[in-house]
Amino acid sequence: MVTTVPLPAAEWYGVGQILFIALHVVGLAFLSYIFYKRITPLLCAEKDPRFDRVLVRLGRVFQYWLAQWKHPRYRVAGTLHILIFGGFITLAVRSFDLVTFGLSDEVGFSGEIGHWYDMVTDWSASIVLLCMIVAAVRRIVFKPARYAVPERYGKAHTADAIFLLGLIAVLMLCDIVFAASNAAAHAQAGGVVEALATWSLPWALYKGMIALPMPVLLNTRLSICIVHELTFYFLLCYRPFGIQFHVITSLFNVYFAKLDRGTVKPVRWGVTDLDAVPYFGVKKFEDFTWKHMLDFYSCADCGRCSDNCPANAAGRPLSPRFLTIKARDYAFQHYPVFSQGAGTGAPLIGGIYSEDEVWSCTTCGACEEECPLMIEYIDKIVDLRRGMVDDGNVPRSLQKALNALESRGNPYGKMEKKKAEWTLEKEFRQSCKVKILDGKERASTLYFVDSITSYDDRIQAIGRATARVLDELGESFGILGAAEKDSGHEVRRFGEEMLFLQLRDQNVQAIRNSGAQRIVTSDPHAFNALRNDYRDVPPVEHVSQLLAREARSGSIKFNPVADGQAVFTYHDPCYLGRHNQVYDDPRFVLDAIPGLKRVEMERCRDRSFCCGGGGLMLFYEPKEEQRMGVRRVQMAADAGANVIVTACPFCMVNMEDGIKVAGLEGKMSVIDLTELVDRQIVRRIRTDKNAPTVEASTV
Amino acid sequence: MDILVCVKRVPDTSENEIELNSAGTDIERGDLVYSVNEWDNYAVEEALQLAEKTDGNVTVVTVGNADDEEILRREMAMGAKRSALVSDEACKTSDRAGIASLLTAFVQKNPHDLILTGVQAEDGAAEVGGMMAAMLDYPFASLVSAIEVVDGNKLMVSREIEGGNKEVNEMELPCVLSIQTGINEPRYVGMRGIRQVASVEIPTYDASQLGIDKARVGQSGSKVQRVNYFVPAPSKGAEILGGSRQEIVDKMIELMKAKGGLQ
Repeated sequence: MVTTVPLPAAEWYGVGQILFIALHVVGLAFLSYIFYKRITPLLCAEKDPRFDRVLVRLGRVFQYWLAQWKHPRYRVAGTLHILIFGGFITLAVRSFDLVTFGLSDEVGFSGEIGHWYDMVTDWSASIVLLCMIVAAVRRIVFKPARYAVPERYGKAHTADAIFLLGLIAVLMLCDIVFAASNAAAHAQAGGVVEALATWSLPWALYKGMIALPMPVLLNTRLSICIVHELTFYFLLCYRPFGIQFHVITSLFNVYFAKLDRGTVKPVRWGVTDLDAVPYFGVKKFEDFTWKHMLDFYSCADCGRCSDNCPANAAGRPLSPRFLTIKARDYAFQHYPVFSQGAGTGAPLIGGIYSEDEVWSCTTCGACEEECPLMIEYIDKIVDLRRGMVDDGNVPRSLQKALNALESRGNPYGKMEKKKAEWTLEKEFRQSCKVKILDGKERASTLYFVDSITSYDDRIQAIGRATARVLDELGESFGILGAAEKDSGHEVRRFGEEMLFLQLRDQNVQAIRNSGAQRIVTSDPHAFNALRNDYRDVPPVEHVSQLLAREARSGSIKFNPVADGQAVFTYHDPCYLGRHNQVYDDPRFVLDAIPGLKRVEMERCRDRSFCCGGGGLMLFYEPKEEQRMGVRRVQMAADAGANVIVTACPFCMVNMEDGIKVAGLEGKMSVIDLTELVDRQIVRRIRTDKNAPTVEASTV
Repeated sequence: MDILVCVKRVPDTSENEIELNSAGTDIERGDLVYSVNEWDNYAVEEALQLAEKTDGNVTVVTVGNADDEEILRREMAMGAKRSALVSDEACKTSDRAGIASLLTAFVQKNPHDLILTGVQAEDGAAEVGGMMAAMLDYPFASLVSAIEVVDGNKLMVSREIEGGNKEVNEMELPCVLSIQTGINEPRYVGMRGIRQVASVEIPTYDASQLGIDKARVGQSGSKVQRVNYFVPAPSKGAEILGGSRQEIVDKMIELMKAKGGLQ
């Protein structure tokens, strides 16, 4: 509450009010105009229905916007941001107070609330001012690596950042000086003096100002109002020109954020007949949806996405941060505020983005998990790829795999009739018979194997381990055999939507024909496809979820780990962890094995570091300095582990390669969770005379 | 520039396990998947790029039956404006000269400025392009690795010479060129593109429509008869090195030095 002292120069207010009104009118006019210009491209953008599930969205706003949920993931910067954000929120009323001060005294809280509010804002202003100083020192002296701008992306953004910090600091100073001079003037006039918060900056300044002559105090107070007013409107109008835009857009960006994990947006929202769509994907800026454009506006340039991006870490030509910044620069340049302009329809690929940049993404989701503003990346990457596929612009190595998927239903071009050959290995066949659910044979559970587990020599072992464990648990299960096509998970994420739909329809048909009531898979990519991309299929589980359930109920017993030197660490596959939130089940199974020593890597759970990507990514030849798998294996070594447990066939491929490249053969090994369970499980002794007594010796 | 590309549907060697049939006269075709002959894809891509530059059109043609329409559609999805199928029961077992005669007759009926073929077909003999040129009395260049349009009716054509050299030839249109892989990066043909041309009517020509004397084509007209088809027995001469990785590497270096591969 700002209680004014009757001003000796009251007549000034006649002129002053006009001045203040003029300032407001000019400020608001500029602001409206700038917003109108900034909204223009959003109006010619693609549709994006985000107006559903209001309560869920409000919950998100509460958690991620108001409670700043993601910020503590970066301790120092996060704490600073929470303080500044908290200060802004509390100062919002005071700020309004100050800009209306020239017009009226009757704004703000009054009474007891006003008293407390003033106390809090005294502190808020002080804290925010200090935070500005700390932030500036960080930017200038400590220079955290993630703020650096690589040469190919242009000049450093430090000057802009410092300028904005400075503007906010001026506002805070205005607040502080106003509170101090106002209190001092009241004290001298013998009026009721609002107590200033002890030890806050206004309180300290008040002590220094109390002896100043009245006219100095009043003039200070008035000048501060004018400076505040000018800075306030300048900052407000300047925000839509840079990283400070997020102060305004973040609320909306979080409210409209994507709600469904693991999914990919349709080619065009609201279009059911894809044959009628003139072209697929995003080719020009205006093909992005309005929400994706809002994402571009909302980026705060904090660099957390790229700091966590495995492609960026491996030296691939992709940095999610600049994917956004470049699009924003494009928007600002082609939809300028102070001159006429509109999109040129120029292609984005070859313009602001390169082909390799777009193919470099493994869709691991680390960037999206980290972004405090809930900016989306995967859907944009997929949309850009759809545009490239539509133009026939696909690297040769991927074309081969895609052609094979079209003709044979798997990226390797292997014969369909050999899909179940992994079940025919001599030793395996003696202990475990796998049914083929082709309508004649029936089982309640379908084991969806997918291409790599069916055809890759090394990964077939994971298939056999899964089958043996299911068998051991007494599951009635079978596979689709030749009728099973690739799940199409990466086909969709590499932008070949029509091929994905064909594979999906074939699989859905085969799954329905099988009569199975539930699906289990050992491949997180297939798991994600079946769970989030398919419709009308029985419930699907990753095998680690089934194993954890059995372990919790006590139906699995494990033998102790024989190797006393083994230290295990669990690597979270992206499509099991981040995209489907299965973090605890595999760990529960591991911890149920007696004597198993387990450590966590620094980057674990939702900060897991992608192994290099699965599915079609195995066919892509990236430009990179180092393989992601090599980095990941080194992370395991740094954690003190010598056995990496994973639960994804692609992680297995990439990390076994990583071990070889890193020269860690013999020192580090990888095992799939089901392989480990298969090795450690206490087997029942079978009484069936036809079946051989299985491995009773290992008990 | 109106460009004709002659294409062929072949069993995809990377996606099939090729086995001989029991009679030993052909490969087992029951479980095969087919695709456009690899070289032809490069030829079509080159034609599309040339047509784009010269504001022309691309037509694709193949000799075969209804099954072969699949590749014509694929090439149309790639960007070819028109396609044609030369199909006649009597031509079924033509030799390469017979195929060339049919294509030549097609060109005489439907003149084009430039005719492209792949250097060879995966199951072929690299003969048809040259024969067509001879029958049409057009200039011909094989193993073409670059084409540049000089003016309205002249081309600068680069050819690959064994040993990594290149020669450049000036040729007048109309002419026939056989296109080498690597001349360009053929674009990807997505499912969407194929769906869009799925119901396009493809004109079919039989021998009589082309005015071909049936005695010159088919089994009876063939001057070359295939008499055998077999998988050669593996010969000796390959040595598989054993031992640990270090031992294998050491042995290999030793062998390479001994044979002069390493200095």
